[in-house]
Amino acid sequence: MSRGDGGTNQGDDGTKVRVLPAGPHALLVELADGQHAEAFHAELLRRRERGALPGVREIVPGARTVLLDGIPDGILDGIEDPRGGGGRVPTARDRLARELLSWQLPPLHRETHDAVEIPVVYDGPDLDEVAALWGVGADEVPALHSRTAFRVAFCGFAPGFGYLTGLPERLHVPRRTTPRTKVPAGALALAGPYTGVYPRPSPGGWQLIGRMVDPAALWDPAREPAALLGPGTRVRFVAAEPERVPVPLTEAGS
Amino acid sequence: MTSVREGKGILHVVRPGALTTVQDAGRPGWAHLGVGRAGVLDAPAARLANRLAGNRPGAALLETTVTGCAVRPDRTVVAVVGGAGCRVSVDGRPVAWGAPVRVPAGAVLDVGPAVSGVRGYLAFAGGLEPEPVLGSRSADLLSGLGPAPLREGDTLPLGEPAGEPPQCEGPAPWPGRPTELVLPLHLGPRHAWFTAAALRTLTTAAYRVSPHSNRIGLRTEGPALERARDGELPSEGMVLGAIQVPPDGLPVVFLNDHPTTGGYPVVGVVPETALAVAAQAVPGTRVRFVRA
Repeated sequence: MSRGDGGTNQGDDGTKVRVLPAGPHALLVELADGQHAEAFHAELLRRRERGALPGVREIVPGARTVLLDGIPDGILDGIEDPRGGGGRVPTARDRLARELLSWQLPPLHRETHDAVEIPVVYDGPDLDEVAALWGVGADEVPALHSRTAFRVAFCGFAPGFGYLTGLPERLHVPRRTTPRTKVPAGALALAGPYTGVYPRPSPGGWQLIGRMVDPAALWDPAREPAALLGPGTRVRFVAAEPERVPVPLTEAGS
Repeated sequence: MTSVREGKGILHVVRPGALTTVQDAGRPGWAHLGVGRAGVLDAPAARLANRLAGNRPGAALLETTVTGCAVRPDRTVVAVVGGAGCRVSVDGRPVAWGAPVRVPAGAVLDVGPAVSGVRGYLAFAGGLEPEPVLGSRSADLLSGLGPAPLREGDTLPLGEPAGEPPQCEGPAPWPGRPTELVLPLHLGPRHAWFTAAALRTLTTAAYRVSPHSNRIGLRTEGPALERARDGELPSEGMVLGAIQVPPDGLPVVFLNDHPTTGGYPVVGVVPETALAVAAQAVPGTRVRFVRA
């Protein structure tokens, strides 16, 4: 670690954990896949709850990584090792990296709390294209999508935007070849393994299959928690009747 | 200096300049929800401006970009203009840069175009007090959180000064602006995605600050870095100071409004403490990356 070349540990179940440096105060922990990243993230939160990660400012999950940022300096960091040998005292970051590699992760216990239910209308402009990619009729898309148990793998792109996993691989779809310059707030969208709901109007290249009935619920900085869809949150989409839901004024673009 | 403890007030925006935003120490701790840090780009300059105005170091102030701005307080206020060097005037009369000046109620404080550096800081005794969002008054240009960039005719609430500003004895130690930007670099986390030749190029070639730089990142012009492997990186967390390399191969150093996750490989990281000087480097400035 002291040369900044990271460390690797072969886990008991044959999966690899790599700890990569991300500057003097951060570590990027890379797991074998999204599920292991989820388990590692859950363990980090448990330990932080117990006060075992003092000073770590941010714990940011990614698709198959967890970033630990804002690791404070140790008071002896980098001075000559008082025990002799001419070496330097490892920094707080390097000590934490070594500790992370030694962790034995308990099997993932998915939290048992109820899923957040999000009413949506499946009437997006890419519904037909997604149906064709799935090899089903457009009228079958809502049932296939809404019976999926989703989970927020990580956030990014915009405050309150969660990357939701759960769709089986055969239902993964590519991004649109030409991104839209404007996607309305609340648009329910697919790309690769992910489902997401746009919290505010923005450009976007995902396939739009519907819209959330109440997009304002996604993000409210005055609320605790501000994001409806934080990392780890379970989500289910519920098909709402289109005639009872007003069409938003903003156009989806082409 | 006569007493300026006149309570709260309002600041009127007379000339917003190219891009003037309210900033404070930012909102760390929310990256897991997709909320970036934001906050002042040149933290030492902002801290010094606040200190000279008698504020706590993290008080909200204005950050200007290249062209300065002009404001009119509705009560007498002590103000400090620091960061990028520029002419400063009150109702057309030149006043001191980098030191507390008294702006009478109704007078126009004009911060001229930068003659050195990029980002100017305007601190007001008592600080600015727009409504905080997630504990910070900083504008985040990527996520749209916090107060919007200033427009002509906007008003901003001024806070109440805590006390008299400290007596200023002699000039404050504002840093000069280097003609060459030397950025220390820690390799990783994704330097293995680049060829050995690319890593040599990164630490030996001369880059220049691109005019497309902004609060999200310091973009560079120079030799492209060649990838050792193709493909997309699954989205992962990004730190302040990360040197991200998009498909065009030109390094981008992430500044305070950077995205919290990204899918382009990060070849190395510039420590936070080295970013203040980067925020003041004008387009065209030579950039060298050196191993920390």
